[in-house]
Amino acid sequence: MLKKVLAATAVFVLLGAAAYASFFIAPTDAKQGLIYRILFLHVASAWTGLTGFFICFLANLLYVWRRQPRWDWLGISSAEIGLAFTSVVLVTGPIWAHPVWGIWWTWSPRLTSTFVLWLLYVVYLVLRTLIEEPDRRALFSALFGIFAFIDVPLVFGSIRWWRDQHPQPVVMGEPGSGLDPLMYRVLFFSWFAMLALMALLLRQRYRLEAMRSDLETVKHEMEAA
Amino acid sequence: MSLLSNTAALLGKEVRTEFRSRELLTTAVVFILIVIVLFSFTFDPTSDESRRFAPGLLWLAFLFAASLMLQPCFLREQNNDTLSALRLSVSDPFAIFLAKLAANTFFLLITELFLLPFFSIMYNVPVVPVLHWLLLVFFLASLGISIAGTALSAISAQARMRELLLPLLMLPLLTPILVASTEVTKSLFDRSPYVQWKGIGFLAVFDLVFLTALWLFGEYLLEE
Repeated sequence: MLKKVLAATAVFVLLGAAAYASFFIAPTDAKQGLIYRILFLHVASAWTGLTGFFICFLANLLYVWRRQPRWDWLGISSAEIGLAFTSVVLVTGPIWAHPVWGIWWTWSPRLTSTFVLWLLYVVYLVLRTLIEEPDRRALFSALFGIFAFIDVPLVFGSIRWWRDQHPQPVVMGEPGSGLDPLMYRVLFFSWFAMLALMALLLRQRYRLEAMRSDLETVKHEMEAA
Repeated sequence: MSLLSNTAALLGKEVRTEFRSRELLTTAVVFILIVIVLFSFTFDPTSDESRRFAPGLLWLAFLFAASLMLQPCFLREQNNDTLSALRLSVSDPFAIFLAKLAANTFFLLITELFLLPFFSIMYNVPVVPVLHWLLLVFFLASLGISIAGTALSAISAQARMRELLLPLLMLPLLTPILVASTEVTKSLFDRSPYVQWKGIGFLAVFDLVFLTALWLFGEYLLEE
């Protein structure tokens, strides 16, 4: 218990420091003013979300290969957490876009492909709710997870290649291009804080899944008896 | 060699089963016709407008139809309890997938070719001068849809609400096919048509990537 509280406290201190750095240490953007500071939340969440999906992919591969339930638990946990961070990206994106670009949403390659990525993992979770039998659920969702992850570069590639002819947003089309070195440092620090948060959540979610699985086994045994 | 002969035998079985009832082909053709007519209400199908919107419409219709057509692919085996027999009868389970995806590509192509003249007339798009290029795009895209779709229909067959699930699994995954084939078709329908090699190459890469994935993971998809 003490360990958990300590870990959680450490993560919150890190997040607080990241927030402080984003607001007070990073210099104000010359063109965008204050609003650009959402970058530290937005981009750090995006990277963390992708990290979550990558962990999910590895867990899926390991499940198919080793067939140990723990890889399934890791798969579902990391998919959910990746999805949560990607949702943050999809929400903070329009909040940033509205004052800077003048519109909430534009079908630019980045937005569109992130949205498709988000959809793929929503489908992964839906699929899991529709297969009852635990082993089968684990195997088939792992296989879908693998196909979905393989698809991600193709989705990004196709959308970027063809959808790029659309007018790009007026100011600073590419966040991250030509950032101040100090901004970079704050960004990486924010990412680190987010990764710590992800690790904390992942651990808790993984335990929950393990307990659920135990419960399911006990229930089955009781029904059989 | 046994992979090829097994595949050929299974392909024969798939095609025979379909041509006995022709259920899939009839349903898909009627479905796409309905979509084509309904889409015409959403914009003014004059020549210029059609050139802009028709390729996307065409591929959306094909994609939706495919998500219906791939439904029975594994469901039929499951309902008739023939999947285990099928597994036992071939030495390499990849043959089952090869046969099914070849059959699905074939059915999709038939449907697409049947509907192309209607589409061309109703939307006022000349297709004859670029027919050979269109065929290539149709083939590569249908192959991609069938490869990914066959794998996904093996997954959806395991779940509840499978009829609803398959489009959910398929459509976001096939985004790259939709984007690439729409763009290539658009350039073929242009006033001065040209071939987008980039798009054709992209479709080929998609096919290859998913074929490899299916080859690697196919046998796990057949577990019961």
